[in-house]
Amino acid sequence: MDRDMVETVSLRWLRRLVIAAFLVVTVFPFYYMLVLSVRPIERLLLDPGSLVVGFGELTVATYAEVLKATDDGGQGFLTFIRNSGLVAVAATVLTLLVAIPGAYAVARLRFFGRRQVDFLFLAVYLFPSIVIAIPLFVVFSLAGLRGSLFGLVLVYISQTLPVSVYMLKNYFETIPVSLEESAAIDGAGRLGIIRRVSLPLAAPSIMAVALYDFMIAWNEFLFALLFLVDKPDRWTVSLGLSLLSDGVEVPKTVLMAGSVVLTLPIVILFFASERLLTEGLTSGAEKG
Amino acid sequence: MTTTAPDTGRSPTRERPDRPRRRPLTLRRRESRAGLALVAPTLLVTIAVIGIPIIWTVVLAFQRVRLATLRKTGLFGEFTMDNIDRVLHTPGFADTLWVTLLYSVGGTVGSIALGLVAALVVRRPFRGRTLVRASMLLPYVAPVVAVTFVWQVMLDPQLGIVNHWGQRLLGWDAPVPFLTQESTALATVIVFEAWRYFPFAFLFLLARLQAVPGELEEAARVDGATPTQRFRHILLPQLLPVIALLGVLRFIMTFNKFDDVYLLTGGAAGTEVVSVRVYEFLTARTDIGAAAAQAVVLAVVLIVFVLIYLRFFGRRVS
Repeated sequence: MDRDMVETVSLRWLRRLVIAAFLVVTVFPFYYMLVLSVRPIERLLLDPGSLVVGFGELTVATYAEVLKATDDGGQGFLTFIRNSGLVAVAATVLTLLVAIPGAYAVARLRFFGRRQVDFLFLAVYLFPSIVIAIPLFVVFSLAGLRGSLFGLVLVYISQTLPVSVYMLKNYFETIPVSLEESAAIDGAGRLGIIRRVSLPLAAPSIMAVALYDFMIAWNEFLFALLFLVDKPDRWTVSLGLSLLSDGVEVPKTVLMAGSVVLTLPIVILFFASERLLTEGLTSGAEKG
Repeated sequence: MTTTAPDTGRSPTRERPDRPRRRPLTLRRRESRAGLALVAPTLLVTIAVIGIPIIWTVVLAFQRVRLATLRKTGLFGEFTMDNIDRVLHTPGFADTLWVTLLYSVGGTVGSIALGLVAALVVRRPFRGRTLVRASMLLPYVAPVVAVTFVWQVMLDPQLGIVNHWGQRLLGWDAPVPFLTQESTALATVIVFEAWRYFPFAFLFLLARLQAVPGELEEAARVDGATPTQRFRHILLPQLLPVIALLGVLRFIMTFNKFDDVYLLTGGAAGTEVVSVRVYEFLTARTDIGAAAAQAVVLAVVLIVFVLIYLRFFGRRVS
């Protein structure tokens, strides 16, 4: 056997092994989350190593407790879900409204300062969010916007806008100019071209960006913590879960149910649109 | 790109009758105006919610401001170097910086290495590849609060599964409090960072790998190159620019990271990174001036590191 054969055969097995290992490492924590969320806490304390849910011990009481309003003795996650959903949807819609024309302009139109604008978005994207958090914390404290979901939406736009412009710009650049030119010759104005040619062509990538923005806003933690901590009825799911897990009063299994509630919408969205998202995220990567 | 074609017959008809002499706008100028108009909302929002805050942070860093006295201090109160001085000489500053650096380098290298291995193994089609690829992205898309919570429970000394099986199967004498003891906390946080962000590197590297022309490898194979040799001499050189870019992106992002460390350890047990420290100044001590100064120091250190990096790898990144 020569070296080539040895390597080919051993690498083939190594490859299968590594794929299996990656699957276990990435999926296991989520499986563990799910298993813990449907076991009663007493069972967990008795046997923390068990990874299968016995038929008799399966319970959904944890979900009932985590979702019920605090007045009914629950943890009020339904309210948190509503807050998170509202904030994430509002931030996504507003971001797109602003980002689409901006990205189109940066991709297509030559105007004064275009290159600088392009660079600005990348720089902003990479800037520490804690630096921005300080003055926003100050302003919101002064203006009484702390504790308001509207203020949070405003901040989330700043978090999603640079990425959105960057991703959309990369996509607009791939649309052949000739298509737009022929529309122009047919008498379409600039806005007509955008509405009738560019937007329909970019629809999949706009969808990807929207999903991405939604995920960022739904998952966000730092700004929710800074702005909403004093107002339990305004908490987002992320904030609620992290604050409740700091204490010892709420059983871990109930909080696991909370984690599932927090994670599930994202995982469903992600698997439903996986192809769209991965391509949207790396479009333009080859240029790097 | 549309070229600056001579004005076509459309604009004269649009001209206002009361100013017949005025030359119609050229296509180029109309394009420029449209561009500015379309980019204006984006620019305004960015400046209002990001640009002004950044400048304000710098201003605050040189003022004596506390949340309680904020209303009295004007925007341009007395300027002082006190905050910077205080931040640089508070005990633990050097440690924080060192921890942040270790955390960033460890997280960056770890996530890129894992991402590279992952990209190499799923490069060629096999049954269930789409599902495997999607699963590998889970750590990256899942909410940070949920995954840090699961990790905390998994690593818990009493009811965590890791300690349970560690004691049963690996013969550990006592449960290891991974996230609360100095000797393991930072390493655990770095491992978490690599786990959570390898999908980012994986995506970029996979996209690049799939763009490598098949003939290149084919030719090398005909010349008798073994798989490892093909990786070393064909694939790796193709991937290096992406790896260099990922290096700088991940380093910057990890350096600024707040959520992961704060949620896992709260900055205890020798894991206090700079952003967690800024947060402490801001909320626990309500010392806005010091928090801003600390943040400015963070940004400056970061810029210095990135410049050094670009100096060495700049050719590859750009």
